[in-house]
Amino acid sequence: MPIVELRDVVVLLGRFPALSGLNLSLNRAEVVLLQGPNGAGKSTLLRLCGGLLRPHSGSAVVLGHDLCTARAALRCRVGLLGHDSALYDDLSVVENLRFFAKAARLPPQTVVAALDRLELSRQLHSVPVRQLSAGQRRRVALATVVLRRPELWLLDEPHAGLDQEARNLLDELVAQAVSAGATVIVASHDHERTLNLATRTVTIVGGAVATQAQTAADTSSNRRL
Amino acid sequence: MLADVWLVTNKDLRIEWRSRVTFNQVVPFALIVLVLFGFALDTNRAVLRAATSGVFWLTVLFVAVVAVTRSTMIEISDGARRALLLGGIEPVAIYFGKTLAIAIQLFGVELLMVGGVIFFFDATIASWPLLLATCVVATWCVAASGTLLGALVANVAARDTVLPILLLPVLAPVLIAASRAFDDALGVLVVDGWVWLGLLAAFGIVNATLGTLAYGTLLEEA
Repeated sequence: MPIVELRDVVVLLGRFPALSGLNLSLNRAEVVLLQGPNGAGKSTLLRLCGGLLRPHSGSAVVLGHDLCTARAALRCRVGLLGHDSALYDDLSVVENLRFFAKAARLPPQTVVAALDRLELSRQLHSVPVRQLSAGQRRRVALATVVLRRPELWLLDEPHAGLDQEARNLLDELVAQAVSAGATVIVASHDHERTLNLATRTVTIVGGAVATQAQTAADTSSNRRL
Repeated sequence: MLADVWLVTNKDLRIEWRSRVTFNQVVPFALIVLVLFGFALDTNRAVLRAATSGVFWLTVLFVAVVAVTRSTMIEISDGARRALLLGGIEPVAIYFGKTLAIAIQLFGVELLMVGGVIFFFDATIASWPLLLATCVVATWCVAASGTLLGALVANVAARDTVLPILLLPVLAPVLIAASRAFDDALGVLVVDGWVWLGLLAAFGIVNATLGTLAYGTLLEEA
């Protein structure tokens, strides 16, 4: 059963069709690289798959949840790393993670585990997020995704703002998540970097899938839609 | 659900404690407004005494606009609202959590303002229970309406100006009922303050019901 099953999906942002008749089917443990020009609809697709947007027409089912009727149930099972860090600036690193862990009914140990996995030094734990550098904020944002162990990872330009060490760490985390059965969708312009992870590339143009191709990690077949 | 309500309240209060917006900006603002009203009406002590309740609650409404704007901004800045939605907390719990946080802050400011009207306006308290009950219920009404309208204008570019335009008229019934109840509590008018308090309570229940029904949709659509 596909993890993501989108059929003729149209999403309007205001009157603008951000996705127009998009079709996509993803299976478990796939790593999909979304590519396409700015404004093509990559971020909208990620938000749709995260249950943050409702399709205006078409059929959209993610992790078995219909996006027209059951988005709230879906949201608990996905992790979304967007352009912004989605953190509370006036709370410390640990307070942010504790808040999201409690919200998701996770035990306190998950916070410690997430901090360790992201290699966030102890000196940073009590620092308010507003005092962190962009790269450190990105790490903490990633920690909020990691601590929930989502079944579907939605990463929007995840390498942006990260140093080489953090990029390697992110790649490791993605590889571990996939080996544990998670599906990962990455929207990125850093193709060279992300292609190492991806099992499939999907090119979006004008709010619809233009091409899909298996990567070297999978097969080399390429089909035009 | 109660645990989630307190989680959100605790988070908002902690953020307030760190940023000190209420303490450093809202409290001085409220006291300055009271003093300026005092200057404006000081030539006639009888008028000042008669106007005390209205001045008090009008000031509370101004303060509420600042508090609600701040509460809304907490979720808007840096995409935190998205994280809140993905976090797994029911929208109803978010609504009541944020309402409670605003109400606690406003109640604290009101207690200081009561001291202000006693000191600056020479007010005497005829009924402390009525005064405190009015503060609690009216504050809930203000916070419940404010949280809902804050979510409504969250994505409006000119929300800082739109929010007062929407919020102040909606809170007109609170201003009237709370002022009449306060008139009784301060002993400046012979009215049954408890009846006005009952009206406030009804308004609060209606607001909370509306918030329960609409907040989730507003949060998702914003």
